[in-house]
Amino acid sequence: MAERQTIDARGAFCPGPLMELIAALKLASVGDEVDILSSDKGSATDIPAWCAKVGHQVVETGERDGYWSVVVRKAK
Amino acid sequence: MSKTILIVGGGLSGTIVANGLCRQMGGELRTGALNITMLGTSETHMYQPGLLYVPFGRMREAELFRDQRKVLDKRVNFFVDPAKHIDVEKNQVTTEAGRTFKYDYLVLASGSRIMPQTIPGMKEGGHWFYDLDGARKLRTALNEFQGGKIVINVNAPHKCPVAPLEAAFMLQEFLKGKGLWDKTELTYTYPIGRLHALEPVAHWAKPEFERLGIKYETFFNTESVDPEAKVIKSMEGSELPYDLLITIPPHQGAQVIDDSGLGKGGWVPTNTKTLHREGSTNVFVVGDTTNIPISKAGSTAHFEADVTIDNLVSLIQEGSFAREYDGKVFCFVETGLGSGTYVWFNYTTPPNPGPPSQMIHWFKLAYNRLYWLSARGLL
Repeated sequence: MAERQTIDARGAFCPGPLMELIAALKLASVGDEVDILSSDKGSATDIPAWCAKVGHQVVETGERDGYWSVVVRKAK
Repeated sequence: MSKTILIVGGGLSGTIVANGLCRQMGGELRTGALNITMLGTSETHMYQPGLLYVPFGRMREAELFRDQRKVLDKRVNFFVDPAKHIDVEKNQVTTEAGRTFKYDYLVLASGSRIMPQTIPGMKEGGHWFYDLDGARKLRTALNEFQGGKIVINVNAPHKCPVAPLEAAFMLQEFLKGKGLWDKTELTYTYPIGRLHALEPVAHWAKPEFERLGIKYETFFNTESVDPEAKVIKSMEGSELPYDLLITIPPHQGAQVIDDSGLGKGGWVPTNTKTLHREGSTNVFVVGDTTNIPISKAGSTAHFEADVTIDNLVSLIQEGSFAREYDGKVFCFVETGLGSGTYVWFNYTTPPNPGPPSQMIHWFKLAYNRLYWLSARGLL
């Protein structure tokens, strides 16, 4: 059964939201989702750009109360 | 009634916690009101950052090791008997030898390890310096290297996040010194869209790479290595040929964490400030073992250990919590074989590295020795 985990990477300077996402996807099963929270506006474009390159699916991207949430589904 | 603090793991953070508790709770240890037990995996304690220097002949293997019983305060009950199952409901840990240890407070400090076997071909086709055997093999490979293509390949997640960058700068200077730099093409790959996770470090490194002639490829996450064809492939679709592949393999936490159902990949869900395991008030997590989204580094382990010592002492002596971890991380950054800088940050203060200098490099070399005072809880 597919799982969704949330990684709160707000304010994380190192390794940062994208690196946290990459690490989490390695441990996830196909179909699992990772909701990455980031205080860096760049994540809202960087993460979808990387997913498009690698072939993972961006389920949703949204601005919350001063931060961004990007939900990624592991596709392969 | 006597209380027991059980520490799982004998690396830097576990050792600092054990020694720090002994220094602050001599009275309780003397009367038997407290006992401190550590379950380790080895009789020796290794200074892991020293591994970076081994391939370049800048540290001897013997300099990396001390007898763990000599690093630890004598009042710590130390067993080389790795934890096999951790039961946080029953407050007990069973070991590989079949012993069962009960605890009042548990400190999880089981660390992380490289997992080259999780990427096809990496174990067979790659060199690394993140363990002693790898550092030895890389030293031999560098001594035999006569020119060609070298790839330094960084994978997520990994500990000591500046070490790959340091290795690139040190390797460039090492090869230049041997008269081989003109015959070498060095390429550095990184998982995200810049040369380092820390933005200011990445901004500083890029022109340095360009000045030195180090090539780079970002957004490179290794999919496989072909040891026969000597090619490394990325998930992003690119391929790089190599004569010598120096990889920083992806890491995972300890198997016992996964096996005990305490965290996928060996990373324990941890409160970022209290360092409690999520769901427990008598289980603390320190060092690489946490899932906190900050650098897995020796300094992180050290600062988390200091906070945990204060909180355990305060809880036992005064029944109250002392303080929260502020996310502090401090890393030296070697920028060659004779210069260095440093970077520090916490949850609210961004990093701002200064210009490299010979003085900071010397301080790093001094710290390579002072480490043993840190482990003993004196620094």
